[in-house]
Amino acid sequence: MFQGLSWNPLTDMHQLFAYPFMVNALEAGTIVAVMAGVTGWFMVLRRQTFAGHTLSVIAFPGAAAASLAGLPLAVGYFGFCGFGALALAGIAGSRRSLSAESAAIGSLQALALALGFLFVSLYHGILNGLDSLLFGTFLGITTEQVVVLLAVAGAAVVLVAIAARPLFFASVHPDVARAGGVPVAAMGFGFLLVLGLAVAETSQITGALLVFALLVTPAATAHQLTARPVLGIVLSVALALAVTWLGLALAYFSIYPVGFYVTSLSFGSYVVVRVGRALGRRRQLTARLALEAA
Amino acid sequence: MSAMAASPKPPATRKEAAVSFEGAAVRLGGRTIWSDVSLTVAEADFVAVLGPNGAGKSTLIKAILGLLPLAAGTGSVLGRRPGEAKGRVGYLPQRHGFDPGTRIRGVDLVQLGLDGTRWGIPLPGTSSRKRDAARVAEVIELVGGSAYASRPIGELSGGEQQRLLIAQALVRRPKLLLLDEPLDSLDLPNQAAVAALVRRICEEERVAVLLVAHDLNPIIGYLDRVIYLAGGGAVEGPPEDVITSETLSRLYGAPIEVLHASDGRLVVVGQPEAPFVHGDRHA
Repeated sequence: MFQGLSWNPLTDMHQLFAYPFMVNALEAGTIVAVMAGVTGWFMVLRRQTFAGHTLSVIAFPGAAAASLAGLPLAVGYFGFCGFGALALAGIAGSRRSLSAESAAIGSLQALALALGFLFVSLYHGILNGLDSLLFGTFLGITTEQVVVLLAVAGAAVVLVAIAARPLFFASVHPDVARAGGVPVAAMGFGFLLVLGLAVAETSQITGALLVFALLVTPAATAHQLTARPVLGIVLSVALALAVTWLGLALAYFSIYPVGFYVTSLSFGSYVVVRVGRALGRRRQLTARLALEAA
Repeated sequence: MSAMAASPKPPATRKEAAVSFEGAAVRLGGRTIWSDVSLTVAEADFVAVLGPNGAGKSTLIKAILGLLPLAAGTGSVLGRRPGEAKGRVGYLPQRHGFDPGTRIRGVDLVQLGLDGTRWGIPLPGTSSRKRDAARVAEVIELVGGSAYASRPIGELSGGEQQRLLIAQALVRRPKLLLLDEPLDSLDLPNQAAVAALVRRICEEERVAVLLVAHDLNPIIGYLDRVIYLAGGGAVEGPPEDVITSETLSRLYGAPIEVLHASDGRLVVVGQPEAPFVHGDRHA
């Protein structure tokens, strides 16, 4: 299963950093993991996972359209996710009810998937390309791509940091935040745009369909682990980094794709934490019952 | 039918008006909610906002906050136009409780009342950060929430959540506190306890309180004045002046009778809509 793995950590580490393409992949993965960890924590808090998922589905026709037009994939990812975020913000802004909103988002998602399939059919390209659009690749990430990823992620993380407290306020207590002067609607709009950027970045590593491995699962795990906001964001980023690095390393030494490893690792950590919390609660309950019986 | 104890507190000495409306009206989607409303809430007054469903009680709170514009008349809040004295107005909106899965600590929610509108990331360990933390702890202690403030808000009872939300509204030392149905969904002992807490805050912190209530019983003994909204208008004054057959009949435009029970309580009968029944909970 694992090829070229010496089982000597030092040799293996050395091997990992020996090729420029792998160094680029690790750099890109690190940037993406930080951005996904931060944005994902707010997305889970705001219960916008469905909107995030739709943006990731929109990333797929974006990338397909870019390859069709002979443009860099990043142009398609950022362009489509940006417009997708605008559309979602429009839906959220004009919403009559939550159910109407989720139905509208779902319709948008179906359209995006159909468009992506159309573009791929028109392209008649190598089938391999479709795989990496949907499920990710870490091969062939160029230094220029890393620079673009860093610039976008840096800008987005700085924006989130500046708006952190009003965004947190608007997310958990919108009525009071509005009365206190927080521009709640503008925050929601701005956050969707940042989320669109995060999805576009993450798609370039994990593929459009596995964006959630980095954007949702580490953040959801962090929310399970702690109710403290700062600690939660730090944990979310740490988990996203850990699964990215481990996933890239495992993919390097094996024949299986990176998306599979990143997804499995983050899902595994989520399951462990949920089961652990459930057991902890049960133990507390048993202890309380024993105390009452005594 | 309504039963109320007729033991109002003497009105506080008139000072700077916390809220003052003159001939005010609010229209929503072409419909006039209420008009020609004139009222004054003085500093450190505890005022209940009463009336049947749909009379515009929450609308009044939103107009005071400046979230809804006045279609007619003038309004002044803490000497400024509504919405311009944000830092000195605390607000607790009508709500339906936090989802049990809400993973936010009570203490963070209170902290948001203090710094939730500030941009940027605070540097840990600075003196202003410590001052903020001390203020948050102080106000949580004031509402008696220290024992549970560090637990996730979704795991707390309705009464505990409500106390922490009052702490959030109080944390910036407002001069005016607007509480929209804070007793909603609380059991009777908790309603009385929260009303007593609000009375104590009113006196200790010298803050004027407007409390929207469905049920007058748990709060009547703590009140200075009432604002009664009905029939597109409002009457404001001490409870014994407002809860009378003449005043309420004029307000409703229909015959209303206020009966004096032998134990000194007031009973209101003949309201044409949304009967004001003790313990009757309409959403």
